Amino acid sequence: MNTDTQYLHEVAASDYEHGWVTEVVSDTIPKGLSEDIIRLIASKKQDPDWMLENRLRAFRYWQKLEAADQRPNWAHLSIPAIDFQNISYYSAPGSKPKYESLEEVDPEILRTFERLGIPLQEQKLLAGVAVDAVIDSVSVATSFKEELSQLGIIFCSFTEAIEKHPELVQKYMGSVVPYTDNFYAALNAAVFSDGSFCYIPPGVRCPMELSTYFRINEAGTGQFERTLIVADKGSYVSYLEGCTAPRRDDNQLHAAVVEIIAHEDAEVKYSTIQNWYPGDSGGTGGVFNFVTKRGICLEDRAKISWTQLETGSSITWKYPSVILKGDNTKGEFYSVAFTKGRQQADTGTKMLHLGRNTSSTIISKGISAGRSSNSYRGLVRINRKADNARNFSQCDSMLLGDRCGAHTFPYLETSNPTAQVEHEATTSKVGEDQIFYCKQRGISEQDAIKLIVSGFCQEILAKLPMEFAVEARKLLAIELEGSVG
Amino acid sequence: MTPVLEVKNLKASVEGLPILKGVDLTVYAGELHAIMGPNGSGKSTLASVLAGREEYEVNGGTVLYQGEDLLEMEVDERAREGLFMAFQYPVELPGVSMMNFLKQAVNSVREHRGQKPLGAAALLRMAKEKAALINLDSRLKKRSVNEGFSGGEKKRNEIFQLAMLDPRLAILDETDSGLDIDALRSVADGVNVLRTDDRAFVVITHYQRLLNHIVPDYVHVMYDGRIVLSGNKELALQLEARGYDWVSQEAVPA
Ligand SMILES: Nc1ncnc2c1ncn2[C@@H]1O[C@H](COP(=O)(O)OP(=O)(O)OP(=O)(O)O)[C@@H](O)[C@H]1O
Ligand SMILES: [Mg+2]
Repeated sequence: MNTDTQYLHEVAASDYEHGWVTEVVSDTIPKGLSEDIIRLIASKKQDPDWMLENRLRAFRYWQKLEAADQRPNWAHLSIPAIDFQNISYYSAPGSKPKYESLEEVDPEILRTFERLGIPLQEQKLLAGVAVDAVIDSVSVATSFKEELSQLGIIFCSFTEAIEKHPELVQKYMGSVVPYTDNFYAALNAAVFSDGSFCYIPPGVRCPMELSTYFRINEAGTGQFERTLIVADKGSYVSYLEGCTAPRRDDNQLHAAVVEIIAHEDAEVKYSTIQNWYPGDSGGTGGVFNFVTKRGICLEDRAKISWTQLETGSSITWKYPSVILKGDNTKGEFYSVAFTKGRQQADTGTKMLHLGRNTSSTIISKGISAGRSSNSYRGLVRINRKADNARNFSQCDSMLLGDRCGAHTFPYLETSNPTAQVEHEATTSKVGEDQIFYCKQRGISEQDAIKLIVSGFCQEILAKLPMEFAVEARKLLAIELEGSVG
Repeated sequence: MTPVLEVKNLKASVEGLPILKGVDLTVYAGELHAIMGPNGSGKSTLASVLAGREEYEVNGGTVLYQGEDLLEMEVDERAREGLFMAFQYPVELPGVSMMNFLKQAVNSVREHRGQKPLGAAALLRMAKEKAALINLDSRLKKRSVNEGFSGGEKKRNEIFQLAMLDPRLAILDETDSGLDIDALRSVADGVNVLRTDDRAFVVITHYQRLLNHIVPDYVHVMYDGRIVLSGNKELALQLEARGYDWVSQEAVPA
């Protein structure tokens, strides 16, 4: 019998910390999806006509895909048939579609975010982090707006952006992830209800971390938000995203779209801690996280970097990608995906090299425990004109126990002979020898596994902004904890 | 006086194959015992069984550690009770910083002893002091545990951890092999500094040259799963001169 077996069983069964529900009256529209529902969402959101037209176009496209049975099925995932008519596509807590100030927000909702460690009252705000808090379909508060606007930075809910900056939204929305991109992107474009918008003007270095915190609360609803980040010439921003949801027996659908546009010499760093409810250890409930995230380095010397810690969701399907269009642009993808219980993750990235001297780096660490399945899927495509493109990919998998699975699907398409591409992959088990070594020094088995796993991820966690890194380490420790109640 | 270690007629096997066939060994505090013997005779197996490795099955005999039944204790419990093993092949822990590792190890031992845990600053001070004691390159402390360490550095890192953890019984499994002459010297010096009245050492080695630096109180010869001959440091010299063949002749099982 393996020394670590028992503890690993506990790991596999460990509990979810954010599974409680906020008791608040919500304005939730009836379940189902139709043109009437789209119109209803648009009217709740007080959409301008052009936005309604966008939605309807996307919806009709989605209907075609659905009729032709074109749900994506190529991932290494077993996805139960989702009944898209059995989901409510809009739910506003406290029955308000829009908040002008914190006074209007139901105290229960404020307490919700406080309990999640995201206080929204100005006096309690985390220094150096501006937060947009989204619960179900609505953004409830965005902090530090005034300070940021003095620098010309726009940081607000998507709803507000549509109202106050329609020219920017019209110019950029859908320019990186068009509604025709895929099934869930089409669905999102049709029904999305809120999210965050961020614009950094030329030459401005955003002085604080911008962050969005997503919370699903209502039962039977999906969350479909969009994030749009535009970094104008020579600007810089670091963006954080966190997410949680209550424990529920039904699966909940989260189909988000994130688009990033980096102009000449701009740099965007996007970090995610994804901790949606993963379902129970038997595989009941949990969030289906089907997300399309993509950035474009539109002009020369732009840089986009994705860093993610994925611990939640019962199914994760996401591939934060970078289109390297300008010359000398850089794309990075750093990922830790931890699965346990019956969780399934198929995640990775796409690096599309179009410009000259473009370079990309991919480092992916997958950790699987319990009966989970954890796949890395990555595409590196080097187009004909992308002279001297370089890519380095490294995919490491670690297995905790012998009933879980780890898979690596790297794809490489090169049409330019000057490309330099390197790929490394390893799969390891948490070694008996490593655990024994730690125990021989007096360290308990549980602490030994934590130590070894966090060592395995260290390289990635070190890429996260500092406060986030602390949170990420704690989260990983909790995930690995056998006895969290 | 209760011995630190009292092994009686210990038998152990791996995958059904008997390796230890009745080992007897008694070690008192303050003593240093050397165990020599040909390859495959069971020296590392004895060390592993004492440390508690699970793949070795104990088939008979008893082991008392400070008067308590050692074989009943968990691996980490043995370590917290002050049993330390310097590995023949130390394991790499990629990404795990030395200081983080030491912090957990030292504090779990301290907690067990009813001492207050050390904070980062105190630990760093202690690490500096101990590293100097055994001449360890202090840059190694800043790296991941054994990751990319040279063979010799790994061995010295074991002695460094020994110094940090302040054990009652230290078992060194071929800590001298693979060391250059200077490194051998400084490991030996380290061990000598760490020899105290309340600590015992069991040093497994193939080379008499180590025993020139670390003078043993007793030398034992392990042969085919038994300790077949015991003596003082002169025995090591004889073995050096004559090899193990004559031992096998003397060691006809009773
Ligand atoms: N895990 C194991 N599986 C199979 N055989 C083992 C295992 N461990 C030890 N053995 C066998 O037990 C015997 C004793 O091995 P051990 O490592 O104890 O010898 P040793 O005296 O330390 O030798 P050396 O001087 O070469 O280090 C050897 O024949 C070895 O192959
Ligand atoms: Mg050996």
